[in-house]
Amino acid sequence: WERGGRLRHPWVFFSNGENNEISRMSHVMMSPSRQSNLELAYSLSTYSVIGAFCTEDNVPQCLLHINQELASLGLPVCIEASSPEGANLNAVPVLNAVYELLQIHRRDMCTLEEMEKEQMKKSSSLDLIQMTNSRLKDQLELSIREKSGLYETERQLQLKLKTLQRCLKGEKDEVQKLQSIIASRASQYSHDAKRKEREAAKLKERLSQLLIDRKDKKLAIDVLNNLGRSDGKRSQWRTTKATASHEGEMYKFLLCDYEESQKSLVLENAELKKVLQQMKKEMMHILSPCQPSSRGATADEELAESDEDEKTRDSSRDTLDQSCEHAREQLTNSIRLQWRKLRNHVEKLDNQASQVLHQMESNKDMIPFETHQDEMERMRHEVQQCKEFIHAQQQLLQQQLSTSFDDETAALLYDCYTLEEKERLKEEWRLFEEQKRNFEKERRNFTEAAIRLGREKQAFEEDRAAWFKNHFLNMTPFTNRRRCSSSDGQSSLSIISEPEIRMSVKAHKAKASTYTTFSTPKSSRSTAAPSTTDLYRTLRLIPDCSSSMHSNQVWQESSTNGDEDIRIKSKSRGLHCSDLDIFALGEDDSLT
Amino acid sequence: MNFSELFKQSNQLCKVSPDGKYLATCVQYRLVVRDVSTLQILHLYTCLDQVSHMEWSSDSLFILCAMYKRGLIQVWSLEQPDWHCKIDEGSIGLVSSRWSPDGRHILNTTEFHLRVTVWSLCTKAVSYMKYPKACQKGIDFSKDGGYMALAERRDCKDYVSIFVCEDWHLLRNFETETQDLSGLEWSPNGCVLAVWDSCLEYKVLLYSLDGRLLSTYSAYEWSLGVKCVSWSPSSQFLAIGSYDEKVRILNHITWGKIAQFEHPASIDNTKAEGNFVLSVPELPHPDEICAPPIQIPVVKPDPDRANPKIGVSVLAFSSDSRYLASRNDNMATAVWVWDMQKMSLEAVLEQTAAVRCFQWDPRHPRLALCTGNSKLYLWSPRGCVSVQVPAEGGFQVQSLSWHCSGDFLILLGKDQLCLCYMDAEQEENTSCRHCENV
Repeated sequence: WERGGRLRHPWVFFSNGENNEISRMSHVMMSPSRQSNLELAYSLSTYSVIGAFCTEDNVPQCLLHINQELASLGLPVCIEASSPEGANLNAVPVLNAVYELLQIHRRDMCTLEEMEKEQMKKSSSLDLIQMTNSRLKDQLELSIREKSGLYETERQLQLKLKTLQRCLKGEKDEVQKLQSIIASRASQYSHDAKRKEREAAKLKERLSQLLIDRKDKKLAIDVLNNLGRSDGKRSQWRTTKATASHEGEMYKFLLCDYEESQKSLVLENAELKKVLQQMKKEMMHILSPCQPSSRGATADEELAESDEDEKTRDSSRDTLDQSCEHAREQLTNSIRLQWRKLRNHVEKLDNQASQVLHQMESNKDMIPFETHQDEMERMRHEVQQCKEFIHAQQQLLQQQLSTSFDDETAALLYDCYTLEEKERLKEEWRLFEEQKRNFEKERRNFTEAAIRLGREKQAFEEDRAAWFKNHFLNMTPFTNRRRCSSSDGQSSLSIISEPEIRMSVKAHKAKASTYTTFSTPKSSRSTAAPSTTDLYRTLRLIPDCSSSMHSNQVWQESSTNGDEDIRIKSKSRGLHCSDLDIFALGEDDSLT
Repeated sequence: MNFSELFKQSNQLCKVSPDGKYLATCVQYRLVVRDVSTLQILHLYTCLDQVSHMEWSSDSLFILCAMYKRGLIQVWSLEQPDWHCKIDEGSIGLVSSRWSPDGRHILNTTEFHLRVTVWSLCTKAVSYMKYPKACQKGIDFSKDGGYMALAERRDCKDYVSIFVCEDWHLLRNFETETQDLSGLEWSPNGCVLAVWDSCLEYKVLLYSLDGRLLSTYSAYEWSLGVKCVSWSPSSQFLAIGSYDEKVRILNHITWGKIAQFEHPASIDNTKAEGNFVLSVPELPHPDEICAPPIQIPVVKPDPDRANPKIGVSVLAFSSDSRYLASRNDNMATAVWVWDMQKMSLEAVLEQTAAVRCFQWDPRHPRLALCTGNSKLYLWSPRGCVSVQVPAEGGFQVQSLSWHCSGDFLILLGKDQLCLCYMDAEQEENTSCRHCENV
C-alpha cells in the first residue's frame, strides 16, 4: 500500500521536487507492466479489505447504491436482482456494467497516465524555468550590484573631476598670477637694472671727474723722445676740412668696396649668363632635331617658337652689355621655356625608354622569373583547355559511333556536322543536273539534225532523181510545160544573183539561230555546192546555238560582221562546247 | 719635424713680431727678444714688474708690456734699445692695453671701463673715449687699420662709435638694435661690422661702415643665443656659433643663412656624406682613422651654473676660407672640420682629452691643435698626424700659435716654450702615410 501509493502518486515527489534524480527514478519504476501488476495487487487488496461492502443481507441496498452510482456515472444500465431477495443478480446487465466500468477505468487510467506524463514534463520544464529564473535573478542581482558599483565609481570620478577642475582653475589662476608676477618682476628687474646702470654711470662719471679734478700726477706719459708717425707724415690739425676729408675717404672706401663687389657680381653674372646661354644653345641643339620628328603635327609651332627664342636670344645678347632688366627677363623666360621643353622631352624619352625596356624585358630570353612563371601558367592552362576540348571531342565521336540513343538525334547530330557539305554537294548536284540537261538537249538536237539531214539527203536524192528524170524527159517534146512548173517552185534559188545568195545565206543563218523556222531549203536545183556548204554551216551551228541560247543576241550582232569571222567564231565555240561543256555557261556569262 | 730646445716664459707671453723676424718672450719681469732664425737673444729688457700683457706694434719696431696690477705700461724699441717709454694710468687702474694699428698710439681701458685712454707716442697727447662697454669684444680695428669700432653704453642703450684711426676722429656714432650688446667684429674687408647681442637673445646685426643697418639675423627666440662669431678671411661668410650646438653660415650678399652645421653626438654615414671621420686617440695607437658611425662623448652641462658648457664657442676659418673648424663645448674632446665648398662635414678630430687650443696655419689649410699633453696634433685634408714633443721633464702643450710664414709653430707649456719646425717634405711624407690609412 505504501509502495503502491507512492508509485501511484509520483507527483507528490515531484511537487516536493528536491532533485531530478528521484523523479527519474520514479519514472523508471513506472514501467507499464509493473504498473499494471501493482494495480492488480492494489485492486485485489482493496477488494479483500472492502469485502464487507456487500453481504448477503444488504444486497438490495448495495444494488440500489450501485445503481445510483452507475446512474451518476451516466450508465444507463440498471442492475436488477433476478429475485426479490436479491441473492442472485441478473448477470447480463451486471456484466455490461462491469465491462463499462472497466472501460471507463481503463480510459481513466490512460488519461491519468498521459496527464502524469504531461505533469512530469511540465514539472521538469517548470524546474528548468525555475532554475533559469533563479539564475536570472542572480544575474540581475549581480548587475544591480555592478550598476551600483559603477554609480559609485562614477560619482567618485565626478567628484575627482570636480576637484581636478577646481585644481586646474586654481593652477591657471596661479599661472596667471605667476606670469603677471614674472612680468612685473621683469619690468622691475629691467627698471632696477636701468637704475643701477644709471647709478653706475653716475658713479663712473663722478669717479672720472674726481680723477680729473685730482690732477693725478702719476697719470703721465714718460717718453724719451717723441716718435715720428709711422707713415712719416706730420700730424694734422683737426679741422672741418679734415672731417670732410674723412667722410670723403670713408665713402670712397665704401664705394670702392661696393664697386669691387659689384664688379665681382657682374663677373659672376656674366659667367652665369654665359652658362645659361650655353645651356640654352645646347638645349636647343638637343631639342630641335628631335622635336619635328617626335611631335609631328606641332613641329611648325615648335619651329616658330624656336625662331622666337632665337630672336629673343639675339636681342638678349645685344642687350647683354646694357644689363637692362628687360633683357634679363627675356633671357630667363626663354631659358625657362626651353627648360620646360627639355623637361617634357626628357620625361617623354624616359617614358619611351621605360616602355622599350619593358618590351625588351618581355621579349628577351632572360625574361624575369615572374613573367616566366605567369607565361608558363598561362600555357599550361591553355594546354589543359585543349586537352579537355580534345577529350570532349573524342567522347562525342565515340558516342556517335557507338550510338545507343535513337537514330533521330543521331541523324540530327550527323546533319549538324555534314550540313555544310551537304549544301555544297547539293549545289554541285544542281549544277551537274543542269549540265546534264543541257547535254541531253544538245544530243537531242543533234539527233534531230541528223534525222533532218537524212531526210534532206533523201529529198535531195529524190530531187536529183526528179531532176535527172526531168532532164531526161526534157529531151522529150513536152519540155516547156515541165520547166515552167519547176521554176515556180524554186524561184529563190534559181533566179537570184551572187550577192543575193549571200543575203539569203544570212537569212538562213538567222533562221537557224532562231531555230523555230529551221528548215532546209527545198530547192537544191540551182547548184549542189552552195547548198552543201550551207548544210555544213548549219550543222556546225546547231550545237552552238543550243548550248548558248541566251547569247543569241551577241551572235546575231556579230554575225553581221562577215562570213569568215562568224565561221571562226562558231568553230571555236563549237570546240568549247564539245570539250568543256560544264564551263561553257560560265564562259558565256563572262563574255556577255 | 724638428723641435727647438725649451725656453722659459711666463704667463704664456710669447709672440712673434708681425714681420716674422723676432720672437719676444716675457720671463717674469724681463722681456727677451730673439732672432727667429737663430734663436739668439737680440735684446733683453727689464720691466718694472711682472708683465701681464705683451704686444708687438704693427711695424714690429716696438713692444708693449703691460703690468695691469700696477697700472703701468712700458714700451720698448727694437731699433733704439735705450729708448724707453712709460705710461702710468695712475689710480684709475688698467684692465686692458693694446696698440693702435699704426703702432704709434696705445689704447688703455681703465678699470670699471670708465674710459679708453689713447696715448700718442708721437705727440704725448692723450685723449679719452668715454662710456666704453664692458663686454666680450668691445673694441675692434678694421684689418687695414683705418677704422676702429667701439661699443658704448649710455642711458641703458647700446651705441657703436666708429673712429678714424689716423687722428681718432669720430666718424659715426649710432645706436644699435640690441638689448645688451656683447661683441662686434669688422669684416676682413673692413666694410661691414657684425654686432651681436648677449647670449640671452639670438641676434646678429650687420652695419655698414657708414652706420647703416644692412641686415638683422635671428635664428630663434627664447633660448640662449650667440656664443661666438667669426668672419671668413674672404669676407664671404659669417659663421655664428650658438648655444644650440649649431653653426650657421650667413652669406655676404643677402646676409641670409646658407648652411647650418650641427654637432651630433653620433655620426653616421649620411651626415659625413662619404667623407672620412678621423679619430685621434692617444696610446696605444697614436692616430686612428675610424669610419662612421662613431660616437662622441658628450658631457651634460650643469643647468644651474652661469655660462653653461654647451654650444659652439670657437670657430676658425682656414686662411683660404676653405675649411671651418669648430668646437662644441659639451663635446670638448672633438674638433669638427667643415668643408665650406661642399658645405658638409669633412672630419671630426676626436681626442682623449679636451682640446685646449687649435689654430689654422696662416698659409696652408693645416690645423694644429693641442690637448694639454705632450703631443702636437696636426690635421690637413690629406690626413692627420700626432707628434710627441721630444722634451725632457714632461713638456705639456697648453697653447700654440703659428708663425706667419707657416714654417713653424710655437708651443707653449706652463712656463716653457718650444718651437716646432715644419719640414715641408717630411710633413708631406707623414701625411701621405696617413693618406694610405684613409
